[in-house]
Amino acid sequence: MEHFEPKIVCFACNWCTSAGADLAGTSRMEYQPNGIMIRVMCSSRIDPQHILWAFKKGADGVFIGGCHPDDCHYIDGNYNTLRRIKLLKKLLTDFGIEPERLRLEWVSAAEGKKFVMVMDDFIEQIRNMGPLRLSQEASA
Amino acid sequence: MSTQEKKDNISQEKENVEIPKKRKSKRIGIFVCHCGINIAGTVDVEKVAKTLSEHEGIIHAEDYVYMCSDPGQKKITDAIKEHNLDSVVVACCSPSLHESTFRNASKSAGLNPYQCEIANIREQCSWVHKDKDKATKKAIKIAKSIVEKVKRNESLEPISISVTKRALVIGGGISGIQAALDIANAGHEVILVERNPSIGGHMIQLSETFPTLDCSQCIMTPKMVEVSKHPNIKLMTYSEIQEISGYVGNFKAKILKKPRYVDPDKCTMCDECSKVCPVLVPNEFDENMTGRRAIYIPFPQAIPATYTLDINSCPGLMPIACGKCADVCEPNAIDFDMKPEIIEEEVGVIVAATGYDLYGLEKLGEYGAGKYPNVINGLQFERLLSASGPTKGQILRPSDHKVPKEVVFIQCAGSRDPELHNAYCSKICCMYTAKHAMLYKHHVPDGQAYIFYIDIRSGGKNYEEFVQRAIEQDDVLYLRGKVSKIFEENGTVKVWGVDTLTGKDIEIDADLVVLAVAMRPSKGADEIAKKLKIAQDKDGFLAEAHPKLRPVESITSGMFLAGAAQAPKDIPEAVAQASGAASKALAILSSDRLYHDPIVAKVDEETCSGCKICIPLCPYGARIYDEEKKIVVVNEVLCEGCGCCIAGCPSGAAQQRNFTDDQIYSMIDIIL
Repeated sequence: MEHFEPKIVCFACNWCTSAGADLAGTSRMEYQPNGIMIRVMCSSRIDPQHILWAFKKGADGVFIGGCHPDDCHYIDGNYNTLRRIKLLKKLLTDFGIEPERLRLEWVSAAEGKKFVMVMDDFIEQIRNMGPLRLSQEASA
Repeated sequence: MSTQEKKDNISQEKENVEIPKKRKSKRIGIFVCHCGINIAGTVDVEKVAKTLSEHEGIIHAEDYVYMCSDPGQKKITDAIKEHNLDSVVVACCSPSLHESTFRNASKSAGLNPYQCEIANIREQCSWVHKDKDKATKKAIKIAKSIVEKVKRNESLEPISISVTKRALVIGGGISGIQAALDIANAGHEVILVERNPSIGGHMIQLSETFPTLDCSQCIMTPKMVEVSKHPNIKLMTYSEIQEISGYVGNFKAKILKKPRYVDPDKCTMCDECSKVCPVLVPNEFDENMTGRRAIYIPFPQAIPATYTLDINSCPGLMPIACGKCADVCEPNAIDFDMKPEIIEEEVGVIVAATGYDLYGLEKLGEYGAGKYPNVINGLQFERLLSASGPTKGQILRPSDHKVPKEVVFIQCAGSRDPELHNAYCSKICCMYTAKHAMLYKHHVPDGQAYIFYIDIRSGGKNYEEFVQRAIEQDDVLYLRGKVSKIFEENGTVKVWGVDTLTGKDIEIDADLVVLAVAMRPSKGADEIAKKLKIAQDKDGFLAEAHPKLRPVESITSGMFLAGAAQAPKDIPEAVAQASGAASKALAILSSDRLYHDPIVAKVDEETCSGCKICIPLCPYGARIYDEEKKIVVVNEVLCEGCGCCIAGCPSGAAQQRNFTDDQIYSMIDIIL
């Protein structure tokens, strides 16, 4: 089998997860380079359509990081994210996408280590799942 | 009209139809930083610059050892001028570090600062990967994604807001008083709101303060008087916050002024009214160890100096019900017709100093608290020690007013107990228990004081020395361990515990047990947090914006935190935080205009259907339905730029400036 390197799009909020990823860097922790980060101000900025777009364009996995519940910089944006992702996960199956290819995690600005752990874990999980193969119909 | 004419008309119309203009391609410059070897060690920076130079829209690409240095910044400003750049991407460290540096540099070269973006290739690339090839590829993707973003960036101007140069301070304890005085002394008007009849908070209840044994009332009352006499302070006691609206610089507060049924200007404090009042209710100021009348003054030095009629315990305002107080009031200060008033105030900043309350004794059933009269809390013991207290400073136990000879103090009652009570440390108990035991020994030299403790936490100037003094000079017996059972037997309180250092079981026939109960956010903290839209931590204390770097600010701009409302703290810390909050508040009050990040929501008025889905999504009330246009608009001043409403907009009418869907899609495209 051809060697498979998962392509992963990471959305991260500015205040917690992006800062947590920065801390992982400052602490010189190491993780696999498969995810590229798109920084948004709040995880609630992420529209489910962005996620579907990423899958359509060839992402094997989509990661979303936000502030812990009750710790959102914008009071309760992350609760909206949680609801949207839960709903989207239910719909993903209908699109022929395993819901596990989408992962939402709460990573605070202090959790560089957690960022590294979930990132490696997610990349490894997608590696094991293999590439996302959407039908012609779905990717059209 | 001839056919020819028709044709001409049509072709003319066609010309008039606005063909969507192709985006004028921007001239973009990219600057790749080596950061010494921090980036260049794992990322081939030259390759990044070279690859990017071939990317569509890039006019200029270069790399340099330290972009943030003066020569580095000069490279950017020179390139902007030389190549007439429209936008700039700096591939370097996290935007949290140098975004403002490079935006300012761009601005100095005549570029709109929002045309400069940072590609984070250090924290999120070079520092976390070792394989140079892979890290370089990733850095290229990161840089390209930011280039795609900046291509679609708008030039923005910060949103300017006017400032109402007045402050609202909520809570009249030591923190609120300190904050109010600091702001007032700087020349700004302050409205100080206190829900109780007098200011003073818990500090005025205390006997002496650690570690100096200063008399608490003696150091508190001058500050209270200063507040009452200060020309810049408008004091509103017996008043509560009903509603807060608006935003930093322009808050509107609705304050409920409860009727005290006594005119403070007429009241001469003769005390005739309370002598005839037939009602006796527990006295809150003495922690319910004595009684007070329905018409009362909380304590002699109360500010404002006036009696208050507590309508909840008064038999009724109708003269027919009682009215004895009004009959004896010589200056006719009592007015049964007073009504609650709503006072509206406009302020620019708010300091929340809502303080603490003690964890309920009734919740500590395992210590017999609430059941046995001789098991009391720390504040009750303060009142027993206080010269103005129910016993005039004599230590007498509540059940039979005998001098207790064996007193057991129990620390961490309700604190550091995640299973049953509060997980956190209440911070001040170690010190005040040492003080209690010490003062007890000063009052009753032949008595014995025992302290059960888990650890002694005496961090603070002269604090450890104070604890040592209690142990060495006043023979306080510290027992490391927890109390297992407390019960009454033959008029004494039996305390069973274990000394974990010797491993021995301990049994003490105590005359009095004092529990150092946990500090909790004050009653009503939940409501006030909701009204102010200040977040609370897991324990209900008001949450600071950043635990290390922004400890006196709330996440809502223009609102600051002072004192025990934020976390348990002692007096010097509360005072320091109050002054910190005041100085942060003054930074706002001293500017004529405030500027707000313009990455806010915008609405395409043609597309918006007015479905209102966005309105409840906005945590700041910034989405408002425009009745005339039948669409939902954005109050840019209120909008904090989270983008939640945009993801919720079903029609795509809402967009976030410089975080548009178009930008996000193009970033995804280039990443994949």
